[in-house]
Amino acid sequence: MNVPFLTRGQPSAPQAERGLVSAAEWRQRRVGWTLRVIHGATLILLLIIGLGPILWLAKAAITPTQDTLREPLALWPNGFDLSLLTQAFTKIHIERYFMNTVWIAIGSWICQITVATTAGYALSVLRPRGGRLLYGLVLATLFVPSIVVLVPLYLTVLSMPIVNIKLVDTFWAVWLPAGASAFNVVLIKRFFDNLPREIFEAAQVDGAGPFRLFWSIVLPMSRPIVGVVSVFAVIATWKDYLWPMLVLPTVALQPLSVRLPTLERGIQLDLFLASLAIATLFPIVLFLIFQRMFLSGGALSGAIKG
Amino acid sequence: MSTRGKADAEGMSSRAGPAVAPSGVRKRRGPLTWVSRDRLSALVFLLPLLLIFGTFSWFPILRSFVMAVQYTNLVSPATFVGLGNFANVLADPLFGTSVANTAYFALLALIIGYPIPLVLAVIMSETRRFKGLYSALAYLPVVVPPVVAVLLWKVFYKGGTNGAFNSILGGVGLGPIQWLGDAAMAMPSVVVEATWAAFGGTVIIYLAALLSVPPELYDAAEVDGSSIWQKIRYVTLPHMRGILFITLILQLIATAQVFTEPFLLTSGGPANATTTVLLLIYQYAFGSSLGGHFGEAAALSLMLAAFLGIFTAVYFWLTRSWSTTS
Repeated sequence: MNVPFLTRGQPSAPQAERGLVSAAEWRQRRVGWTLRVIHGATLILLLIIGLGPILWLAKAAITPTQDTLREPLALWPNGFDLSLLTQAFTKIHIERYFMNTVWIAIGSWICQITVATTAGYALSVLRPRGGRLLYGLVLATLFVPSIVVLVPLYLTVLSMPIVNIKLVDTFWAVWLPAGASAFNVVLIKRFFDNLPREIFEAAQVDGAGPFRLFWSIVLPMSRPIVGVVSVFAVIATWKDYLWPMLVLPTVALQPLSVRLPTLERGIQLDLFLASLAIATLFPIVLFLIFQRMFLSGGALSGAIKG
Repeated sequence: MSTRGKADAEGMSSRAGPAVAPSGVRKRRGPLTWVSRDRLSALVFLLPLLLIFGTFSWFPILRSFVMAVQYTNLVSPATFVGLGNFANVLADPLFGTSVANTAYFALLALIIGYPIPLVLAVIMSETRRFKGLYSALAYLPVVVPPVVAVLLWKVFYKGGTNGAFNSILGGVGLGPIQWLGDAAMAMPSVVVEATWAAFGGTVIIYLAALLSVPPELYDAAEVDGSSIWQKIRYVTLPHMRGILFITLILQLIATAQVFTEPFLLTSGGPANATTTVLLLIYQYAFGSSLGGHFGEAAALSLMLAAFLGIFTAVYFWLTRSWSTTS
């Protein structure tokens, strides 16, 4: 099982490509040492800035009551106490809001994937009359700032046009609008555009209809891009604040991001910090698993989205 | 009508004839004419898009234009008020305040937040060891959910002597600062938090862009006797120009729509010192005192969107000659 892994583990050859600083410059004593000092300082700075606040939060979550209040910058906790973490579950039932977040993420994910894959398939493979115009209309929404739709969208979920259903205070109010992501449609359609047409033609010869072609050929082939869209969908749900806050006024339905700010006023600081730590744990675990994807340009699309 | 009939006939004939059309022949509507002939199935596949985008994207966008010229309070039927909503917004003293605050936020974010990722990325791309560690550390704040980040920084910013930042200052004999309570300090504090939460994403983008600088150019610069600084100035930065222009406009567009940070850190206070345009829109539509002014909220949203659209167009027009990547 690990054979290919082992062969990959050979000592890598000296890097062929070079960066800004040449090998000769690295060998100069003054330049080399200056660079080492700068790199060391940057690493320390990044440790303090990037990891510091998160470690502080983790420490606060297991520090005995009042300790954080008295000495916020003490490096080591005066003892070790897991009661805050258990209290976060028994007293404020953080697991409920965690599960709400999970449900919202799952529903939004299903909605986004359904819309994006079916639309991408229709626009890229089936190419019906008017498809280009429709794609243009989808693209156009990319250029409309989300703030423009905020208020009319709220009134829409308050009372759906034609059918007159009120979606506010149900998860549908978050799930369905999440599907209207032009970014996903563009990403998936572009991917389908690059799939080899010969495969579709072969499937056609074998007698596959459009539904069979979608389900058995196109979807399995698009696993990589569906994976990317999925991870972004889950992250977006985890980050979203304003919209779920508006459409989920009932506390029992709120995700973590909406519940946490209201908790701040009601409970003591250390318990609040323990709740924050629990809410941070899942995204960090996700990041550690998908690290390579995040750190290799995936952030670019995230930046455009935000 | 006639072209459609022709396409149908073609589909029929190709079906009746050899099962596969010669691969060299590309029909106007793609290779799968046999499928697209089946308009019903295409419609079925487009149904989710049409329903979801129609209801939650296209319809609300159109509706915002209608709402902006109407008086709507959800109770009585909407009435046409022309440009009255726009006039109300422009006459609101908070409008000027919010525009000034948003511009101030964007300016501070530019000064504090824009150079940091670039400097970090240039340094990080030259590290020989722990490359992954550097970028993982820089990206970590982006992973923290924004709401958690804001609430955590709110704790750091606590005004008393035992607030985290104030106890650092106290260690060197400086004095407690009301980070969020002081009208002059509030906005810079919000910007520092927002910068912390966002810089990692930009660092990763720049790191990727730095990889695309052709090494031969550095070789050539060295042959000409360039120092490291000169290489940065004349090779690296010119190569980053395209991406730098894009990240600049994206940052400006994002800062113009900042909401979560001022909303949760300061709620627009103290004394409206951090009320941004988005906060004002929120207050018009959903605020406890102003709430229910959906027309004004829609009008202000459209004004912001129009401004951003014009601003972006002018930006690209002005920079068209020097923003092209080579």
